[in-house]
Amino acid sequence: MNSINRRDFGIAVVATALLSVGSARAEDTADPLAVHIDNFVFAPAQLTAKVGQTVTWTNRDDIPHTVVCAGKFRSKTMDTDGTFSFTFTAPGDYKYFCSLHPHMTGMVKVE
Amino acid sequence: MSDHDHHEDGVSRRRVLECMTWAGTGVLWTVTGGVPRSLGLVESAKAAEAAGMTFLQISDSHVGFDKPANPNAKGTLEEAIEKIRAMPAKPSFMIHTGDITHLSKASEFDDAERIISQAKLDVHYVPGEHDIIDEEVKFYKERYGRGTRGPGYYSFDAGGVHFVGLVNVVDLKGGGLGNLGDEQLEWLENDLKGRSKSTPIVLFAHIPLWTVYPQWGWGTEDGARALDYVKGFGSVTVLNGHIHQVMQKVEGNVTFHTARSTAFPQPAPGSAPSPGPMKVEDSRLRSLLGVASINFKQGDQRLAIIDTPLQG
Repeated sequence: MNSINRRDFGIAVVATALLSVGSARAEDTADPLAVHIDNFVFAPAQLTAKVGQTVTWTNRDDIPHTVVCAGKFRSKTMDTDGTFSFTFTAPGDYKYFCSLHPHMTGMVKVE
Repeated sequence: MSDHDHHEDGVSRRRVLECMTWAGTGVLWTVTGGVPRSLGLVESAKAAEAAGMTFLQISDSHVGFDKPANPNAKGTLEEAIEKIRAMPAKPSFMIHTGDITHLSKASEFDDAERIISQAKLDVHYVPGEHDIIDEEVKFYKERYGRGTRGPGYYSFDAGGVHFVGLVNVVDLKGGGLGNLGDEQLEWLENDLKGRSKSTPIVLFAHIPLWTVYPQWGWGTEDGARALDYVKGFGSVTVLNGHIHQVMQKVEGNVTFHTARSTAFPQPAPGSAPSPGPMKVEDSRLRSLLGVASINFKQGDQRLAIIDTPLQG
């Protein structure tokens, strides 16, 4: 098939346009990447992010928590409703924990 | 308690009972013949006659905590200190097993100091994880760390008993529990070396040195090493806080015990989704902070952790 008729071309263009609109919208309107702390648990425990994306942790417990990823980032102590944000600039598996309650662990997978 | 319980010339048994019982805040320890014993309900009537040295343990005052489980943690600490002041037999000193403050703010340390000093007793502190979360991690050491090593461990002798304050809330590892670390453990080994095995030993630290409930982080990763060093001693007592409830187990010559908080109760292991502050009816709060008592006898071989009833 070395040629393409008008009608097929039209469909192909529309499909491409829809696809690009679709993916652009996904990026524009996607919820900010969020990890919530409830009951001494990071949720979701594992999160996938793209390079350049920011993840925000929010502490919803009555007890302070922290988010610590050895050598990468370390939050201040977050009291109730306190937040911490980190923008990931390199791919990798970022395992983190709460330095006050180290049994609390989570991971951000950056692709 | 009504007025007729008071005797003109002293304190009635019921009065003693009440004070001693409340001192569970506040666990009252007495050392008779070199063996530390806690004064529980059963023994409290004898408390006034108890010979030897008496000391008090308070824990987890969380000054600054104002959430629903207790909007006024400062107030309940004040009440605890009031009760201690009113005790008929003045203890020799107090130990505080950490979480003095809730957020390590200077103002919280100031308030705690102002209130606790009203007891007019020497206080030997160890930090909890809530006491070392100021930006520069300096307030605790500035106030209580004089003469201590590393993050604040030390030992002293009183009444023929050797006391060791340990720090297991620093440099915690992801996925792990409380942590003493090699340096402190080496120091402990040396500190105990050469001491007569008949010297009663009291180890105190914030997080339980034995594994209470690892799912909630209630234990110390390398606590077993510390316990190894005290193995040969005839009487060893391990006092902790952190879990805001009384728990006890006896293993050979070692008695493990955790004290209540003066701020808020926490649930029994596994009985709630998390170890967070437990909200109870206002009328019950104070009973969970202070009323139940503990009692143990040397030579008790029970290995089970005993969850003392909250009341009675």
